[in-house]
Amino acid sequence: MQFWIIQGLNSLSLGGLLFLLASGFSLIFGLMRLANLTHGAFFMLGTYFGATAMRANSDLSIWTVAVSAGVAVAAIGGLFERLVLTRLKTNPLGQVLVTLGMSFIISDACLALWGGDSIPVPTPQNLQAPTRLFGFVFPTYRLVLVGCAITAAITLYLLLERTRLGAMIRAGVDDAQMARAVGIPVANLFTIVFCLGAGIAGAGGVLGGPILSAYPGLDADMLPLALIVVILGGIGSLLGAFIGSFIVGFIYTFGTALFPELAYIILFLPMILVLALRPQGLLGRLGA
Amino acid sequence: MASDALRLTDVQAFYGDGHILHGVSFALQPGKVLALLGRNGSGKTTCISTIIGFLKPRGGEIRLFGEAIEGLSPERISHMGIGLVPQGRRIFPSLTVWENLVVAKQRRSKVATPWDVDRIYDMFPRLGERHNQIAGTLSGGELQMLAIARALMGNPRVLLLDEPSEGLAPLIVAEVGRTIRRLKEEGQSIVLVEQNLKLALEVADQAVILNTGRCVFDGSPRELTDNDAIVSQNLGIFHAH
Ligand SMILES: Nc1ncnc2c1ncn2[C@@H]1O[C@H](COP(=O)(O)OP(=O)(O)OP(=O)(O)O)[C@@H](O)[C@H]1O
Ligand SMILES: [Mg+2]
Repeated sequence: MQFWIIQGLNSLSLGGLLFLLASGFSLIFGLMRLANLTHGAFFMLGTYFGATAMRANSDLSIWTVAVSAGVAVAAIGGLFERLVLTRLKTNPLGQVLVTLGMSFIISDACLALWGGDSIPVPTPQNLQAPTRLFGFVFPTYRLVLVGCAITAAITLYLLLERTRLGAMIRAGVDDAQMARAVGIPVANLFTIVFCLGAGIAGAGGVLGGPILSAYPGLDADMLPLALIVVILGGIGSLLGAFIGSFIVGFIYTFGTALFPELAYIILFLPMILVLALRPQGLLGRLGA
Repeated sequence: MASDALRLTDVQAFYGDGHILHGVSFALQPGKVLALLGRNGSGKTTCISTIIGFLKPRGGEIRLFGEAIEGLSPERISHMGIGLVPQGRRIFPSLTVWENLVVAKQRRSKVATPWDVDRIYDMFPRLGERHNQIAGTLSGGELQMLAIARALMGNPRVLLLDEPSEGLAPLIVAEVGRTIRRLKEEGQSIVLVEQNLKLALEVADQAVILNTGRCVFDGSPRELTDNDAIVSQNLGIFHAH
């Protein structure tokens, strides 16, 4: 029984991390029609920043580090968007190549800076003691991660659905040209959304550190999971990304625990089936 | 010249290699309504797209109260004071009625009674009743009212209306006509693209006819209705009722 509970919680916490990664990816795709293949690298940058900061100063709170790393990664993302991606607006293949190239560059830079060994990230001390609930023992930090994902989801929801800025973003998703014709500065919204997505991924990378560690290839491990989440949940749908994240968290965790040799089949088969049978994703709208 | 609300001079526009507008020129006076007429495919929407900046002209000038706007981005042109009610309405379907209005809000100095949501709901009570409804679920007439209302929220100095009566039932067409007349009474400068000649000529002060991207008539509605040859040659498929 403890196995199922622990794996269940592992699934939830992985799902939470995936949401921090996939929500930004999905937002960026929804507004900008841009598959940002640098997104996994943004996450990994966050993890390395966090690992470095917290090993250098063990008194730093993980929340401070997550916010700072999030801002740093958002700034890097913003520069990348403004200097390069804006020039490729009408060139989807160029966008794929540039974002993929950028992710390779970040990977190599991380390898050069931090070396090839995995760098473990300590779990924050005040979250190390296990939590007892209903007679079971849970690792506290993983519970907190799930809470983070839920908080992020609610915050993003309120931002998108309850503010004028959010309505402008949705107007841009509906019809970017018409949005510009009513005076909405769509190019600036693109930059804001890109920074926001990159920042959430960077902060998520810090928060994922204690579970995943910082290691070369973390980006390449995370990006396909985010893609599956977004395809399952429906591109541009926040709720879809949320549900998709937890579905993928469960499939991946139980898949690797029970049938390690079939993990990728278990993971990618549902994605292919969804794409073939319901191309808009579980909750997405076509053309949205 | 600087007293014109909107002046096009020798505007040339292309889609790829297709030369669509061949030197279009006309001028709209402040507070007046200019009806832009012509058969299907004569270049009316292309002309509107060029004014709002969807399409960059390859030649000619477009001036808004004397300021050159040709070649600027649509958001810049919108900020300078052009409001667009596009053909096909192009409401943001996933936003509510209210959100469609607030995202388009722009302040403009020197406007006596600026538009805000309350004033819009006074003018279009049906939109007020549907305040929180997702715009994609509105009826055709409501969509058209919302498209006009959304453009007004920007407090435009010149309002472009591209076939506002298209696909609407006669009763709703009459309502669109009343709306345009009311805006004109408030001093709104308007370019009105219409296939419905009766609606257009009732409200217009000036009529311009395009034929394959060239201006073939520019005069008063009266001159036009008195000239059956021009009407049948250039608007042949449509009849003045
Ligand atoms: N996006 C486009 N690409 C290429 N050609 C276009 C495009 N849009 C319009 N055209 C062409 O430009 C010409 C003028 O079209 P436009 O839409 O301006 O006509 P219109 O007068 O608005 O017609 P309607 O009354 O049917 O709306 C047509 O020959 C049309 O085929
Ligand atoms: Mg047209």
